[in-house]
Formats: sequence, C-alpha cells, structure tokens
Amino acid sequence: MFFRMVFGTFVRQWKKMLMIAFTIALGASLATAMLSVMLDVGDKVNQELKAYGANITVVPKQSSVLDDLYEIEGGQSTGTYLREDELGKIKTIFWAFNIVDYAPFISARATLDDGSEVTVVGSWFNHHMDLPTGEQLDAGMNSLRSWWEIKEGAWLNEQTAENENMAMVGVELADKLDLHVGDPVHVIGTVQDATYTVAGIFDAGGDEDGQIFVPLDSAQALDDLDGCIDSIEVSALTTPDNELAQKAAKDPGSLSISQYETWYCTAYVSSICFQIQEVITDSVASAVRQVADSEGEILEKTELLMLLITILSMIGAALGICNLVTASVMERSSEIGLMKAIGAHNGAVTGLVLTEIIITAIIGGCVGFVVGAGFAQIIGQTVFSSSITIQPMVIPLVAVLVVLVTLIGSMPAVRMLLHLEPAEVLHGR
Amino acid sequence: MSLLELKNVYKIYGDLHALDDVNLKVEKGEWLAIMGPSGSGKSTMMNIIGCMDKPSKGEVLLDGVNIAAESAKNLTNIRRDKIGLIFQQFHLVNYLTAVENVMLAQYYHSIPDEKEALEALERVGLADRAKHLPSQLSGGEQQRVCVARALINHPEIILADEPTGNLDDANEEIVVELFRKLHEEGTTLIVVTHDPEVAETAQRMVVLRNGKISKETVNENFTGHIRFH
Repeated sequence: MFFRMVFGTFVRQWKKMLMIAFTIALGASLATAMLSVMLDVGDKVNQELKAYGANITVVPKQSSVLDDLYEIEGGQSTGTYLREDELGKIKTIFWAFNIVDYAPFISARATLDDGSEVTVVGSWFNHHMDLPTGEQLDAGMNSLRSWWEIKEGAWLNEQTAENENMAMVGVELADKLDLHVGDPVHVIGTVQDATYTVAGIFDAGGDEDGQIFVPLDSAQALDDLDGCIDSIEVSALTTPDNELAQKAAKDPGSLSISQYETWYCTAYVSSICFQIQEVITDSVASAVRQVADSEGEILEKTELLMLLITILSMIGAALGICNLVTASVMERSSEIGLMKAIGAHNGAVTGLVLTEIIITAIIGGCVGFVVGAGFAQIIGQTVFSSSITIQPMVIPLVAVLVVLVTLIGSMPAVRMLLHLEPAEVLHGR
Repeated sequence: MSLLELKNVYKIYGDLHALDDVNLKVEKGEWLAIMGPSGSGKSTMMNIIGCMDKPSKGEVLLDGVNIAAESAKNLTNIRRDKIGLIFQQFHLVNYLTAVENVMLAQYYHSIPDEKEALEALERVGLADRAKHLPSQLSGGEQQRVCVARALINHPEIILADEPTGNLDDANEEIVVELFRKLHEEGTTLIVVTHDPEVAETAQRMVVLRNGKISKETVNENFTGHIRFH
C-alpha cells in the first residue's frame, strides 16, 4: 500500500516531481563538476603554472653560503660545482613523478672577436633521458623557458647530430653583432675557443637577451669544466605550503617523527627540495619563493571559487526544492488531512512524503552526477586542455550533499505537514 | 454508561462561542442526527466528537475516556480505532481505486486485507466497482466507498458530516438505507446534517443554534427509512 501511494504520487504529480528532480539534477551536476574540478585542479593549475618556469633552484652548498653571506647575485661562479652525472638522480626521489622538468646550467665567460665579453650558458634544450626507473624524459629549456619569444629560427634541437655546434642567441646580442639564423659566432673561452652557428634568436625580456645559450658540453669545453654544472632549475608539481611545511622549511630536524613522515610524504616544495638535496651531493635546493607562493595562492583561490560555486548551487537547489515540495504538500493537503483523519500519525505521513522526495532526489542526483561529470570534462578541455579525472570520493560527497540539500529543502514542507490539522482541510475551517 | 457524553463543552474562538455549554449523551447503538443552520456549531461539534479538535472547556467522554485531555497522538489512535468518518466532499484519494481507498484505512489501522475490503464494498453494493478510480464513480458511489472505508475497521461510532449534501435524491436514499442497515447491525451513528428529511430518519435529533442545543426530539415514528416531502 505504501509503495502504491508513492507510485500514485509520481503518476499524479509527475510534472512537479520532474521539476524537483530537475532542480536536484541541476544542483548535483554543478556540485559534481565543481568538486571534480576542485579535486583535480591542483595538478591542472600546477601544470598550467609550470609554463611560468621552475619553482626550485639547486646550487652548490658553498655557493649558497656565499650568496647568503655576501648577497652575491646568481651567475657569478664561486668555483664549486654540482656533478652532471648526478642529474638523473633527481628523477629517483620519492616525489619523482612530480618533477615535470629540469635543466642544468653552466656559465662560461668568453670573449667575442670584437673584444667584448659575453656570457655563454650551457644547458639542456630537449635533452632525452632514459631513467633508471625505465621512464623516458625530454627535459630542458625548450619547455622550461616556454615563454621566451623566438624572434628568428627555432629552438635548438639536441636530438639531431647536426645541432652539436648550434647556439641560441639573445636578441640584444644578435642586434649588436647583426647576427641572423645560420650566421657563425666565434667565442674565445679561458681554455679553448669555439664557433657556433646561430640556430635561433630569442627575446627573454631579461639579462639572457645579451647571452649565448649552447648545449651543456659545448659550454663546459670553453672552460674545461667537463661534468660540472653551476645550478639546476627544477619545475615540480607542489602542494601549497601550510604551517607544517613552513616549520619544516626552517629546520626539518624540529619535526616529530609523525610530522616528519607527513611532511616528507606530501609534495610540499620544501620536502621536494629536501629530497633533491639528499640525492645531489653538496647541494642546496631552495624554492623560488615568488613562484611557489603564487602557485599556492592561485590554487587556493581557484579551489575557494569552486567551493563557493558548489555551495551557491546547493543553496539554490535547496530553495528550489523548498518551493516545489511546499507547493506539492499544499496541493495534497486534503489527501494528507484525510490520511491523518483516518489514523495516520505524523511520522507515517512525513515518511511517505520524504520517501517520494528522496526517490526523486536519487533519480535527479544520478542524472545530475552524469551531467556534472560531462560538465567537468568540458571545463577540463576548455580551461586546462585535458580531461578531468572524476575522483571516487566525488560520488559519496555528491550523494551526501544531495540528501542533505533535499532534506533541508523539504523542512518547511515537513513543518507545514506536521502542523496540518485534518479538521481544517477536511471541513475548510 | 453512555458511549459518548459531552459535559459542559465550550469551543471559543476569540469572542465567538462556537459551542456554548453543550451537554449531550449518545448511547451505544443509537442513531442521532445533529441539525442546525450554517454557523450553528455542527462542524465544530463533529470535529470534537471525531477527535480532530479539542474543546476549550468541558469534558468529552468516549467509552469512559475524556478525549479532551488526551494528547494529539492518542487522539489519532482513538480516531483510528473507534471512529469511522464520512465527509460531504467524500475525500477519496483520487489515484487509488475504490478497494484501495478502503484498504488505506486498514493500512493506517492494522494490515491491509483486500478480501475484507472487497467484502466492505459488497456491503455497500459496489463489489463490481472495486477496481474503479474515484473519477470513474458517481457521487453516490463515491459516498458509498466512503461508507465502506468508515466501516472497515469496525468503529464504535460512525460520524457522518453532511453525508448526503452532495447527492441527488436517489443516492441520498441509498446512503440513508445503508445507515439504516448499519443501525440494525448495532452500529452507533451520528449524522450531522442540515437536511430535515435525512435528520428525520434518525432515532433522535438535536438542533444546534448559536452553539447551544436549542431543541432535542425523539423520533416516535422511527423506521430508518427516508420520507421525501
């Protein structure tokens, strides 16, 4: 009899029930989309922000101490170097999968034919690595300096043999020397000289515009610094810092064992730096604070925005449900009054109405979830140009939200139902 | 002991005395008609007797229990177990068939039993209309479904509010005839009506005016059959 009455309501009030299901579906779809994007947005926003460069720099320990003591600006050699043969180890740390790109740098002071000095920087461009883990990685400046504008030519391709003596020249230097793609540029290092062919001219908008960028071994050869590097720039996907990360950044030794484990196993920029230091001999890895902070701030704001949209959509759904369920109960007041008159207690009538609404909510919620998953993919493709992974935890979250919103939205109607007097609706008094 | 006794019952809304010191006794098996013009307090009295409202003052003893002092939950239980209600507007659930409407009263009372519900419909002459929806039944048939629904839980009292108010003469006669049969079977009937022909079929009639019982008559020629004037 109970389900006959529930079914009867669906048949008789199908338009109203459809509207309630639609309202719930709308709220659930927005909640699903926003929660899915929110839970996946960390990686997506991080990946977007990686386009703005590295967020960790690694330098020799001595160089770092001198920097701190004398505030020496980067680029000036202190005579201590990192080891090129340890570069692969960066992809063996605990958070190896979060290291999306990195490149070593070595600077050599050289002299041009006209007698002027120039900085020749050796680095990777699209350096191919076969990692000990079996992975393959193409890392280097092509992706790490993706915002550089190539004025002429193209990025240097390390993976072709004919590019061995090629160079990328900054736009200022190219203007000064009237260099174009294909022109030779001769430089004299402290140990040997070299002639490079210009592969591309770039505009970096900084000091780099007066420098020459060449493959790592070419720059090392100028000063006979085989296997030596000045610094490493690392681009890593990180989690925004919290109090624990800030405390650990100052002194990891101050953490308790459980705090240390939590910190070490979370992709804070400080814990990734710490792990890089563990594998690169005599190195100091530090966060490029401005980038790391901006990433955290943008991520937090993006997540807050998603959360606000979710909350607002659920409030909207609750208000819609409130109106529709109240209207439905008002329409059925004589039927409900009759049930009470022939012996139905408030609990029985409330149970009947809530069962109808919950069934409607489940149908609406399921439809909303599927549509929301679709919305999430549209957002993913439009904003991040990649698909959004629907995390399993979105399902219980949306289910709880739908049930809560439905119950909260139904409360005024239930209150009305509890106060409905059979005498008033059956006799019109 | 009377089945129902109203002792100095008042129902006051602000300055309005809908019931004003009403005293009334109804014996078990009696057929009582309550008459009166609009606003005389008939419906108020029915609501109080039917446990759908409480008096402002006074006692209402139903089977010895003062229902005026009972909680809303207990009033629902008393209404469910002891009273069968019939309304002028029928108040059938329009998406349930005739037999399901009868079973609805069983559902809230105990356990729905379709066989018993069909027997109740047979008693009111609607066995062949059991599977019809209210919209497929005439007014008289709908009222007979209401009678079957009121009877199904074997109540102490059948309380009918203007049961023939929406019926033509033929259907009015059918319903009154049903009441007569119920009376013969020992059912206590309280019929609120403004129709003198229906009131005259009862054993006893009280007339309400301005919330007070202004007249009480015993039908010396009681037959239970309606006489149209």
